[in-house]
Amino acid sequence: MNEPLLERIERVRQAQRGKYYLNDTVVSMAHGSGGKSSQALIEGLVVPALHNPELARLEDCARLQAGGQRLVVTTDSYVIDPIFFPGGDIGSLAVHGTLNDLATSGAEPLGLTLAMILEEGFPLDSLRRILESAGEACRRAGVSIVTGDTKVVGRGKCDQIFLTTTGVGWIRVSHQLSMDSVQPGDRILISGPVGDHGVAIMGARGDMGLELDVLSDSAPVSSMARRLLEEIASVRCLKDPTRGGVATALNEIAQKSGCAIAVEEGQVPVRAEVRGACELLGLDPLYVANEGRLLAVVPEAFAQQALEILQADEAGREARIFATALAEPVGTVYLRTSLGGTRVLDMLAGAPLPRIC
Amino acid sequence: MKWIEEFRDPALARSLLHQIERRVGSRPLKFMEVCGGHTHAIYRHGLEQLLPDVMDLVHGPGCPVCVIPMGRVDDAIAIARQSGVIFTSYGDMLAVPGSRGSLLSAKAEGADVRVVYSPLDALRIARNQPDRPVVFLAIGFETTAPATAIALLEARRLGLKNLSFFCNHVTIIPAVKAILDSPELSLDGFIGPGHVTTVIGLRPFEFIPQRYARPVVVAGFEPLDILQAILMLLEQREQGRCEVENQYGRVVRSEGNPRALEVMAETMELRPFFEWRGLGFINHSALRLRPEFADWDAEKLYSIPGVQVADPKACQCGEVLKGVLKPYQCKVFGTACKPETPIGTCMVSPEGACAAYYSYGRLGKLV
Repeated sequence: MNEPLLERIERVRQAQRGKYYLNDTVVSMAHGSGGKSSQALIEGLVVPALHNPELARLEDCARLQAGGQRLVVTTDSYVIDPIFFPGGDIGSLAVHGTLNDLATSGAEPLGLTLAMILEEGFPLDSLRRILESAGEACRRAGVSIVTGDTKVVGRGKCDQIFLTTTGVGWIRVSHQLSMDSVQPGDRILISGPVGDHGVAIMGARGDMGLELDVLSDSAPVSSMARRLLEEIASVRCLKDPTRGGVATALNEIAQKSGCAIAVEEGQVPVRAEVRGACELLGLDPLYVANEGRLLAVVPEAFAQQALEILQADEAGREARIFATALAEPVGTVYLRTSLGGTRVLDMLAGAPLPRIC
Repeated sequence: MKWIEEFRDPALARSLLHQIERRVGSRPLKFMEVCGGHTHAIYRHGLEQLLPDVMDLVHGPGCPVCVIPMGRVDDAIAIARQSGVIFTSYGDMLAVPGSRGSLLSAKAEGADVRVVYSPLDALRIARNQPDRPVVFLAIGFETTAPATAIALLEARRLGLKNLSFFCNHVTIIPAVKAILDSPELSLDGFIGPGHVTTVIGLRPFEFIPQRYARPVVVAGFEPLDILQAILMLLEQREQGRCEVENQYGRVVRSEGNPRALEVMAETMELRPFFEWRGLGFINHSALRLRPEFADWDAEKLYSIPGVQVADPKACQCGEVLKGVLKPYQCKVFGTACKPETPIGTCMVSPEGACAAYYSYGRLGKLV
C-alpha cells in the first residue's frame, strides 16, 4: 500500500465532500434520483437562482415566523409509476410524504393543499379512488386538504396523473432539530425495515419479471415523531429516508454535522423478501426508498428510551438502533460489515430506479 | 437453506481467515481475481482489509463494461440516435462515456434508450412494437453470450425482422493470456471467474498452470467462497501443487454447460481481433454474429462510425485492468474521475475496480 497517496486521495475526497458542480446542459433522469446529481442541480442551479438564506438551508421544510408563532411549510410533487401499488397509491403517498416532512421538522400539521395535473383520457374511476385514498389518509392523520388546483393536459403530455401537496404546520413543542447539531457519540435509530417501498414499486411495475410479496411502507410517521419530541428534549434531528434511501439520508447528516457515521450491517432491519430481491437486482437496501420510516438521532444517554418509544408505536415495532455518530473521518458514512470489514457508504450516484415517488 | 446467509457466516469467515494467516508466510503475494463480480464482492464485504497485509488482491479485466473501448460506445450511440430506433441495453452500459457523451446523455437528448435485464426483454419489446426497429446492445463474457444466442435464435424462429443485435461479446481466456504475457506483471495465482466457468468449464484454464505455472481456483461470489478460494490457492503452494481447482462446485461443472456452448457456436464466431479498453487489440478475443444471421446484425444493418478512439490521456484504466496500478494510484482517481463523472470505464460499472474502490473504499487505515 502506498499510504501517503491514499491519504492524499482521502484528503481530496474530504475537501470535495458537500461541494457540487453542475456540468450538464440538459436535465437527465439522474437529476431526479435524490442522490448526488439531484444535489448538484439544486445547489448549482436552483439555490443560486432563487437565493435566500431559508432556501439555502436545504432542509425538507422551511421555517417561517408569523406574529411570534413558528410556522413550517413544505411541498412535494408525486409522479410515481404505477399509480396504484401494493400497500398504497399516489393519493395516500402524496399525503403521507408531506405529513412526514412536517413531522420530521417537529411540526404539527395545520392543513394541506393538493394540486393535480391530469392527462386527457384518465379514467374518473381511478381519480375517484386516488382522491378517496388521499382523503382517508388525511382523516387518519387528523388533517384536511383545504385548497387545491386542477389542470388537464393533452394526451401524452403527462403520464396519467401528477400530484403536488403542500403542507403548513406549526411548532408546538419547542426544540432545536437540526442536522448540524449531531454530535460524536450520538446514536441513530430507524423505525422499521428498510427498502420496502422501492422494492414494492419495482415488483408492481413488473418489468423485472419478479413476483414479490412486499408491501410499500407508505404511512405517516407523525405519532412516533410527536412522542419522541414530547419525551426527549434533546433529539438532535429526525429524517424520513425517502429517495436515495437510508444511506443518502445519513450522508446528508454527516455532511451537515461534520460527524462520521458508522452503520452496523447486522443491525440494519431488512425483510428477507427485500434482501432477496435486492440481491437479484444488484441493489443495496440501504439505497432503496422508504415512505414510512423515521430516522432519529439522539444523544447516547437517550437511545434506549427512544427505542422503547418507537417500539411502543404500531408503526415502529421493528425499530432498531443501527448506527453511531463518530468524530472521524469527518463527513463520512461507513458500514461495518457482518464479517468485520468496513466500506464507505457514499451518497447515491446516478439513477438506480425510475420514478418511485 | 436460505442460500445467502450461509455463505456470509462471520464465524466461518473468521476460521477461514485464521487458516489463511497460518499459511501465508512473509513473502508478499499477489492474487488476481479475474472477474468484476469478485471485485465487487471483495469491496462490498470489506474482505481486502481482513486479509494479511502481505497479501494483495489485484483486480483483473473481467468487468465487461470496463473493457469496451470508447469507439464502440460511440457506435452504440450512433445507432441509438437513428430515428425510430428503440435502443435496449443492460443498465450499467448507460453511463459509459464515449468520445462525445454516453447513452444516458443521448437519452436525455431524445434517443429512445431503454434498460433491460435480458435480451429476451428486448425481444418482447420488438414483438409488441413491430413498427419500430429495436436494437439490443449485447455485451459481456461467456456468461451473457448464451442469452444473446437464445434471443437471436428465438428472433429467427419467430421471423422477427425488427430486432437486431449490436454484438460486443468478448471471451475471457485471450484477455487472461494477454495479462500473463505482459512483462510488467507478477502474479502468484488466479481466482477464476465462477459464472464464465459455469459456461465454458474448467478445461480452458488448464494452460495457466501448465504453461505459466500459476494456480487457478474457480470461485463463487459470496465472501466465504472467496476466502476459501484464497485458502485453496495457498494450500496448492504449500503442497507444491499447481492446478485448476473448482471451489464453486455447487454451480460449476467441470465440463461447463454444453447446451450454452452449442447455441453460442451456432450463432456466433470469433472475430480476428477486437480492441479492449486499456489492453489494446487482442487476437480472437471477441465474438460476432455468423453471416447467416446478417438480418439480425446491427453492425450490418446500420451505418456506424467504427472509428477507433484513443482513451483520454489522463486515464490509466489499462494499467488498472492489468493490475499494474491500484485504482487509487491512477492520476485522476477520485478527483477528475468519479462515479458521477467517469472518465474511464473502470469508474462506471459497479463491478469496475475503480468504482468499487471509490464507493466502498478502503477505510481500514482510517477507522
